[in-house]
Amino acid sequence: MTRIVEVRGLRKTFDGRHQQVEALRGIDLATEEGEYLVLLGPSGCGKTTLLRTIAGLEQPTEGDVLIGGNVVNELPPRARQVAMVFQSYALYPHKTVLANIVFPLKAERMDRDAREKKARWAADLLGIGRLLDRKPRELSGGERQRVALARAMVREPAVFLLDEPLSNLDAKLRASARDELKRFQQRIGTTTIYVTHDQAEAMGLGDRIAVMDAGQVRQLGRPRDVYDDPADTFVATFIGSPPMNLVRRDGMLVGFRPEHLLPAEVVGAGAVKIPFVVDRIEYLSGDRHVYGTITTLGEATRVIARLPSTVTTPLTAGETADFAVATDRLRFFDPETGDRMDAVPLEWSQP
Amino acid sequence: MTQATTATRPPATPATGRRRLADREGPLASLFLLPAVVYVVALVGVPFVLAIGFAFSDVTAGDPSYDWAGLDAYRRVFDDPVFWQALRNTLVFTGVSMVLIVVFGKVLANILIADFRGKWLVRFLVLLPWTTPVALSTVSWLWLLDSIFSPIDWLLRQVGLLEGNMYWLGRPSLATASVIAVHVWRLVPLAAVIIMAGLIAIPRDIDEAARVDGAGFWRRMFEVTIPLTMPLIAVAALFGAIFTFTDMAVVYVLTRGGPTNSTQVLASWAFVRGIEGGDVAQGAAIALFLFPLLLAAAVLILRAVRRMQVM
Repeated sequence: MTRIVEVRGLRKTFDGRHQQVEALRGIDLATEEGEYLVLLGPSGCGKTTLLRTIAGLEQPTEGDVLIGGNVVNELPPRARQVAMVFQSYALYPHKTVLANIVFPLKAERMDRDAREKKARWAADLLGIGRLLDRKPRELSGGERQRVALARAMVREPAVFLLDEPLSNLDAKLRASARDELKRFQQRIGTTTIYVTHDQAEAMGLGDRIAVMDAGQVRQLGRPRDVYDDPADTFVATFIGSPPMNLVRRDGMLVGFRPEHLLPAEVVGAGAVKIPFVVDRIEYLSGDRHVYGTITTLGEATRVIARLPSTVTTPLTAGETADFAVATDRLRFFDPETGDRMDAVPLEWSQP
Repeated sequence: MTQATTATRPPATPATGRRRLADREGPLASLFLLPAVVYVVALVGVPFVLAIGFAFSDVTAGDPSYDWAGLDAYRRVFDDPVFWQALRNTLVFTGVSMVLIVVFGKVLANILIADFRGKWLVRFLVLLPWTTPVALSTVSWLWLLDSIFSPIDWLLRQVGLLEGNMYWLGRPSLATASVIAVHVWRLVPLAAVIIMAGLIAIPRDIDEAARVDGAGFWRRMFEVTIPLTMPLIAVAALFGAIFTFTDMAVVYVLTRGGPTNSTQVLASWAFVRGIEGGDVAQGAAIALFLFPLLLAAAVLILRAVRRMQVM
């Protein structure tokens, strides 16, 4: 019974005033025990709806939600052994931190001493032990997030559901909170489903990432797979910053990541040489982002190259430089469906 | 010529460009507040001062000349057991109505925020008792509670629960219950709308968090919803109390304070003594009893509101 949470053929349609909105269009997904599964996608892709359906806050229009191997479609959220951390944290504003954390235990009718002991244990684990008498409004964003986590963990749920828990934190805090979240989950080892639109969070936290778009899972895989071997052009361009370059050529799309378009002298053998008309250069955190046009690979296309600081080849805007992409770094897609195709040898590769 | 010059220099010079009234916030604020101030002074302030003056005088309907009489009027008030009964009735009516208004108001508010077909019609119907003038709606209650032709009695007879008549307004306990019922009926919509505003303001996340946290309907209601709407529930209770406490229309139309003064309240007793009986001084003295109690209630509840403002 390694599949803690599983959804089968999940569909969800919302009845709008004038039209129906299909939020989920047939999702099949299963978590592995103890894994950190990230649902990643642009806003409106259905990732939050999927999470809420698993929590029982939404009823699926079609399909099943299984938790611990049992279909829980008919169960209310409280009977599903899930704990959820909301984007807003949804702390009870009139209760102290301690009362917030013990609330789920009170609902379980655990006796007073036991629940306070457990709440203190959770609070100490998250480093908020000294805040127990405060009200949520007296806490900082990071502290509120930890209270929400403590409230979620005291129930010892089968699964944690986290809905963009870092998006209310400022950028500086977000990085450290991300690290903390990951260590926290590794320590307690509970299966976690995490919703985010931020690819850095997804890549950093996820054991696996489900990339979603328009109510469907486009790709499910380890961060590495999703990045290096995107299943379609959506994943290829949604993940990676800057996104993958796509060049149309002879009934296919040739894709390569900006960091693989490099000056020919540093690429070596087994590469496609590409003359690159440099247009503009940006310096970002030590890397050079080079904007320009390539014409020989396929149709003339504006692309981006990302040169690490170790590549010191001099480049000047307005000039043409010799660039290359290693052949094993090229990815091929069907231009109609956007789906991945098998690799094709580019025999004319010399310009 | 001059026109041409101004056209080339559109911004008026500060020396000549006068600020109009609409630009000056201070005088404008005073101007807008003036009607309200006049209204309150003329219709609340003046009668209030008059009432204090009359309460310490010997003014009667037959002899309106003003003579200082000290506490004579109060002595007459206190010597009359009906006053004490009216005071007790007022407190009982207010207390019981307030509790019922808040409880039913909360229930109704829950119904009103629910999403269902024909919601607007239900909301409209629910608000009717509040929008109807008190005297008019009470007259229809007078008919509903009629000693012989009461439709309620007829219904009870039809289903076999009653033989004869209830005499709703003819027996002290039933009359008390009837007065309270009418107060509750007319004030519940107001309370419901106020509480509904509080319920709508609760973030959806918080209710959902409580559901995921394992709280059932009652626990969510008592531990989350009610504490979070407490300030508005207090306001609803305050309005319910004030409107019941100061009202004489319901009692006057339904029972005239009867039977044997068992539904007499301060407002109706002041009217009986001061206007119908002509003893203006005594009427004013009785009416003034409304003031400290109302003041205390208002201060208490407003203080409670401030204390409970958690967000």
